[in-house]
Amino acid sequence: MIVPVTHISPLITIRRSRLLPEKGQVFVRAGQKVTATDVIGEVLLPGDHLIVDVRRALGLTRPGEAEKLIDRHTGERLQKGDIIAETSGILPRVVRSSADCQIVAIANGQVVLETTPVKHAIKAGFNGTVTEVMPERGAVIETNGVLVQGVWGNQQADYGLLLVLAKTPDEELTRGRLDVSMRGAVVLAGHAAQPDALQAAAELPLRALILASMSADLIPLASSLSVPILLIEGFGRIPMNDAAYQLIASNEKRDVCVNACSWNPLTGDRPEIIIPLPAAGLETRETAELTPGTRVRILNLPYQGRIGTIVYVRPGIATLPNGLHAQVANVQLENDEVVVIPLQNLDVLE
Amino acid sequence: MTTSLVDAESILVLDIGTLHTRALFFDVVDGQYRFLAAASAATTAEAPFYDVREGVHAAVLQLQEVTGRVFMDLEARFIVPTQANGDGADRLLVVSSVGPELRIVTLGLLDEVSVESANRLATSICGRVVESIGLNDRRKPEVQMDAVLRASPDLILLAGGTERGATRSIGKLVELISLVCRVTPVEKRPQILFAGNQVLSRKIKEILEKQAPTQVAPNIRPSIDVEDLSPAQQVLGQMVMKIRENQIGGLQTLAATTNLPPISTSQAFGRMIRFLSHVYDPQKSVLGVDLGSAWTTLAVGQGGKLTLDVLPHGSGRGLGKALQHSRIEEIESWLSVHVPQDELRDYLYQKSIFPHTIPTTNEALAIEQAMVRQILRLSTMHLQAQLPGLNHSYEPIVISGGFFSQLPLPGQAMLAALDGIQPVGIGIMLRDTHGLLAAMGAIAPINSILPVQVLESAFENLGTVISPVSDSRYGTPILKVRLEIEQGEEFKLEVKQGALVRLPLKAGQAARIHLEPLNRTEVDPRRKNGGSFKIIGGLCGAVIDARGRELHLPDDAPRRRDMHKKWLATLTS
Repeated sequence: MIVPVTHISPLITIRRSRLLPEKGQVFVRAGQKVTATDVIGEVLLPGDHLIVDVRRALGLTRPGEAEKLIDRHTGERLQKGDIIAETSGILPRVVRSSADCQIVAIANGQVVLETTPVKHAIKAGFNGTVTEVMPERGAVIETNGVLVQGVWGNQQADYGLLLVLAKTPDEELTRGRLDVSMRGAVVLAGHAAQPDALQAAAELPLRALILASMSADLIPLASSLSVPILLIEGFGRIPMNDAAYQLIASNEKRDVCVNACSWNPLTGDRPEIIIPLPAAGLETRETAELTPGTRVRILNLPYQGRIGTIVYVRPGIATLPNGLHAQVANVQLENDEVVVIPLQNLDVLE
Repeated sequence: MTTSLVDAESILVLDIGTLHTRALFFDVVDGQYRFLAAASAATTAEAPFYDVREGVHAAVLQLQEVTGRVFMDLEARFIVPTQANGDGADRLLVVSSVGPELRIVTLGLLDEVSVESANRLATSICGRVVESIGLNDRRKPEVQMDAVLRASPDLILLAGGTERGATRSIGKLVELISLVCRVTPVEKRPQILFAGNQVLSRKIKEILEKQAPTQVAPNIRPSIDVEDLSPAQQVLGQMVMKIRENQIGGLQTLAATTNLPPISTSQAFGRMIRFLSHVYDPQKSVLGVDLGSAWTTLAVGQGGKLTLDVLPHGSGRGLGKALQHSRIEEIESWLSVHVPQDELRDYLYQKSIFPHTIPTTNEALAIEQAMVRQILRLSTMHLQAQLPGLNHSYEPIVISGGFFSQLPLPGQAMLAALDGIQPVGIGIMLRDTHGLLAAMGAIAPINSILPVQVLESAFENLGTVISPVSDSRYGTPILKVRLEIEQGEEFKLEVKQGALVRLPLKAGQAARIHLEPLNRTEVDPRRKNGGSFKIIGGLCGAVIDARGRELHLPDDAPRRRDMHKKWLATLTS
């Protein structure tokens, strides 16, 4: 059975595409070094529109007549007061632009104007090098370093110096544990159950908050905060898996990039932590087979969040204690206990 | 009886679901079409594969192992038709539910007429209406235009104008769509379906096709008081699959090898429910419930007329949407074990992150079963809003989907369906154990005999359910029942309001049941005074569900949990 992998990797080559939603301008070139906050491209997304009905404004009967009088073309920029169309004669009637705008369409005697387009910029997201530029679309950024993939994010991103607050992977974050010395830092904590703790992180503010897990009733609050919040395990009181905890904690005081996007399997976007390192990274794979020797994380109760190694994939279908049927594997946990887990409940770690 | 099949053919159906891809093989054995084998693999539409063919390949390889028959050559190309050496299949078909929620904008004339019909048409596909505009919309044209642009639709549904009715007002809406398309980059333009006044069809297609792919369908509102969605549903279904072919990696290539264009799972499922509505009593409705990971489809067929209601609520990927529409107390009310609300919420949101996981403890299974009941309640209430006159008396109810087929005890599946759907009257409940209904719906256009012959073996008869409706107080006798088992015993019992009773009938056993309602109880909308009729025992025997409609659960949590346990014990013992 071939499955996608979750990266908890100490040193790999990380490549990420940063793409504009529409054709726009790309500001970087191949080989250029970028930092996480560098804008690598931007696009002007459509703003509001105005529809000017020239036919009606000039009291004409046929759209064709109106179009003959429109002395403008699509793409043309206008200033407030510019003439869009006018009749001939000694006392011509005119139709003027009511705002600074651009003509985006002319049809049926109507002119569509676009005002105040919205600038949309994309940032590099982590410190690295541009390895490929897709003209008008975006670029590929590459770096070597630590990659830890999470499972949930509040759609914010930032970077900063890492501080390890959680002494253990399951320690609960409280308002009292956060103080002003952490302002501007990326903080690694354990579990968050109280809204107060998240509010304190936003008030300081932290640059980002990395959590093992969070109570699901905090989702609306976390989603409303501008401080990036990234969960490594998910919802419920789940301790951070030891591999992720040790790896992130061992990089304290390093610059950490936290992309707390939401996990979208269709696009491949996944919340992740990148810690660029000055060393050559290993190439990595995105899929793996569930075979003996594979390191896995258990996704479901009663061993949720525990890490182990597959020792045997049982042939055929087994009956679980609750009566359901599934293909299962024997998984040896880090304390050498061997447990039987359905293959669907295993997440391969690389 | 053996039927002679002159053009007998084997058929391989690839059923690409949100989480699982299945390869289903049908062939002729002893002169009859049979479902022979199935194999399953993870669907690979998403990261890091981005190509459904990986999952298809894995499922077909497994099918080859199971059947010993070769379906793909060494270059992984399908062998169609069957070769002289027996390799391959005569026909290859694809049915798919994979893909993100489609964004739909509906436009019409009157809000309560064509706009409402367009919105109902939209519920027949895996999508969501993100903007709706009618003639009563008082926003300025540019504001409407911006609203449509911000909605960023995949599909625009335009309806309106009864046959030989309004034309000028439709023209304004066409103008709006045309302007929207003009200012949208070509690659992002939506597909457009016009299903209004047919007098305008050709002209509208001519105008809009210059801007974006445009289809026309028969008028969904041919007159003010007549709605006919079915023909437009078919055209819309085809458009959806075209969008999917562009969205889902590998689907287009796969489609080039199939004997018919791929069909959406909900549409294929609905086709079979419509077929069943011809087979069963045309006066009653057939209800099909397909509970998938991302979507729940309710299909109601009556005398060949089909209503499809597809909701973005599911037992896995669709859990997040279902949670958004549910209070935690509602889900908790279906629990048979005590789980604190925080833990319940955490479990369900975690499951929405990892929808493919399966519950391994009794508690986790109880949570998922509770959530499914809630999803069925949400879906049933949505259906009720779509079909206000629906009386919830069905014959039969067909339950399908991974959740139902994985439950080890038939009584678990039946109770979940009864709790969630809450039907009234007399009807059989069938389980689509192997999830074949959609596949057979895909096969039907090229082979009408196969579904007929396979249908019977595809279903498990869970049993006849009698759900009387009564205003009586809890514990009041509402129904006298006499059960005469053919060549066997006779049982008499009195059913009280609030009870769930399993009649002692074995699977396949025939019996005559006599019903005498008491205290103004209505046994069935069409059989108000009971009477006697023949029934066949299912896997749960026959069941009288006198718990009340709507089913009111006790507020007291321990008592409520005890009742859930008692009801489950009744149907599983």
